[in-house]
Amino acid sequence: MNAETMPVAAGSEPTAVDYAVYHSQAIFTAEQENIFRGQTWCYLGLEAELANSGDFRSTHVGNTPVVVTRATDGTIHAWVNRCAHKGATVCRSLRGNQADGAFVCVYHQWAYDATGALVGVPFRRGLKGVGGYSKEFNMAEHSLERLRVETFGGLVFGTFNPTIAPLDDFLGPVMRKYIQRVFQRPVKVLGYARQFMAGNWKLYSENSRDSYHGGLLHLFYPTFGIYRQSQESAGLVSDEGYHTVFTVSKPKGDVDYGSFGDEANREMQGEAKLQDERLLAFRPEIADDVGLHIQSIFPSVVVQQIQNTLATRQIVPHGTDKTELVWTYFGYADDDDETTRHRLRNLNLVGPSGLISMEDGEAVELCQQGTIGAEGKRSFVEMGGDDVRPSYAPMGMDENSVRGFWKGYLGLMGNALADLAAEGRA
Amino acid sequence: MSVAAEVAQVAQSAIDDFNAAYGLCLDDDRLEQWPTLFVDDCLYQVIARENVDNGLPAAVMYCDSKGMLADRVVALRKANVFPEHFNRHLIGRAVITGAEGNQVSAEASYVVFQTRNDGETRIYNAGKYVDWFDLSGGTVRLKSRTCIYDTLRIATLLATPI
Repeated sequence: MNAETMPVAAGSEPTAVDYAVYHSQAIFTAEQENIFRGQTWCYLGLEAELANSGDFRSTHVGNTPVVVTRATDGTIHAWVNRCAHKGATVCRSLRGNQADGAFVCVYHQWAYDATGALVGVPFRRGLKGVGGYSKEFNMAEHSLERLRVETFGGLVFGTFNPTIAPLDDFLGPVMRKYIQRVFQRPVKVLGYARQFMAGNWKLYSENSRDSYHGGLLHLFYPTFGIYRQSQESAGLVSDEGYHTVFTVSKPKGDVDYGSFGDEANREMQGEAKLQDERLLAFRPEIADDVGLHIQSIFPSVVVQQIQNTLATRQIVPHGTDKTELVWTYFGYADDDDETTRHRLRNLNLVGPSGLISMEDGEAVELCQQGTIGAEGKRSFVEMGGDDVRPSYAPMGMDENSVRGFWKGYLGLMGNALADLAAEGRA
Repeated sequence: MSVAAEVAQVAQSAIDDFNAAYGLCLDDDRLEQWPTLFVDDCLYQVIARENVDNGLPAAVMYCDSKGMLADRVVALRKANVFPEHFNRHLIGRAVITGAEGNQVSAEASYVVFQTRNDGETRIYNAGKYVDWFDLSGGTVRLKSRTCIYDTLRIATLLATPI
């Protein structure tokens, strides 16, 4: 097969990715196997959401519905939300507490415990000698499909892969350090927002790793004369390229971070002025000067601290052009009411209505719409080089972390893309 | 009939008129007028029903001053990028839920339809307003409006107020 007839995506590189990856159903299906069910740990939720035994939360790994639970002995478990009998959804709620530890499929009342083990089957022996299952029927062989579960710093992850190294190794020392930074003390959930984008999940994964767009797409700060050119910033990338953490700190010195008006760069001074600056007020609460921490953990979660907002953003791919973003907002467990109100005010900045970032949802959809029918054509990801470096500082004039994402992605998907290409499917 | 009940009766038509005008103000893109529908010391929130039902406070918009409402409008006009769209509010008759002095609490169901450049009109956001109105001085203004949305899945993003 020569280059002209070769059906594309297999030739992708971290600097030039075939647009087919956003549109091909075959690639989407292969991603479920090679990425979400492959050699990765996927975010399932926060330990704080499972504070008590019996607590559960419905979640996803890729497009597979999964339930994460805390069993009566305090251990955390995760299983595919699909009854071993007929495949029906077992747990129909988003979250809750199953005090008796039993999850019962409504269809035929097969009952499972919080670990996913089948513990009850109605009329297993039939009724008055009629019907029922054979003597060979073994409940232990009909449990729910379970995931391996591990936690780090308050985050719960699961994997379908039996051989992958422990979560700590998957995250690596740099990512662990920054997760611990945000989860420095116990957290409490403040709420959720769910955002549905008509775009591919990888467009959002790129977006959260793209430092180049920050000051160009998001114009809230410059509009209000808040452009902090003198800030210190860095983008760190894990070994395989999978994960990234961006940090922006106030400059060393005497700038008053509490007053953005004073800090604004005069050359960039916008004509508008904020009427209520409490919106932006930042109260450093971690022993450093970092006001922005955006950490993208491959393949499906972003951990953030922006001003005093704390959140995870879980990426759920429902289809080639259907991506759900689940925002879980939290504070620290010891926050008083006034601190919580301050976080709620800061939350105006982020999320689906975020004044400094709502544009991300639009950018994802624009790229999806713009690449329709563009299979065989490629993106151009060479800002700041054509390699993947472990560190890029200052960041903003580069796409180092985006290349990192593609390096990790293509490492997991390379063979699958080649196979699909050989079959002429993608 | 108690005094509070009498106030509530008088308030019914005033609040229904207010809500109709509120919806048209937003849908006609008169966003700069929107903050004037609130008292200075106001609270405006747009919050998911799943949070309210679970006692969780996080809202996608949380403005606890009129200035913060105005800031959001300036941001929408000058800074934010979002799909071009028209919104259309349908607001049901208010149910008065209480009264204290010159203030009346009420709830009303709403639906916001959204039409984007592809021309299709979609149900964008459905929910209810939980409000406190200030009726002093012969005018109706919002002391607080909490938009509790059932439509947990926000399509793309939520830029213009509900």
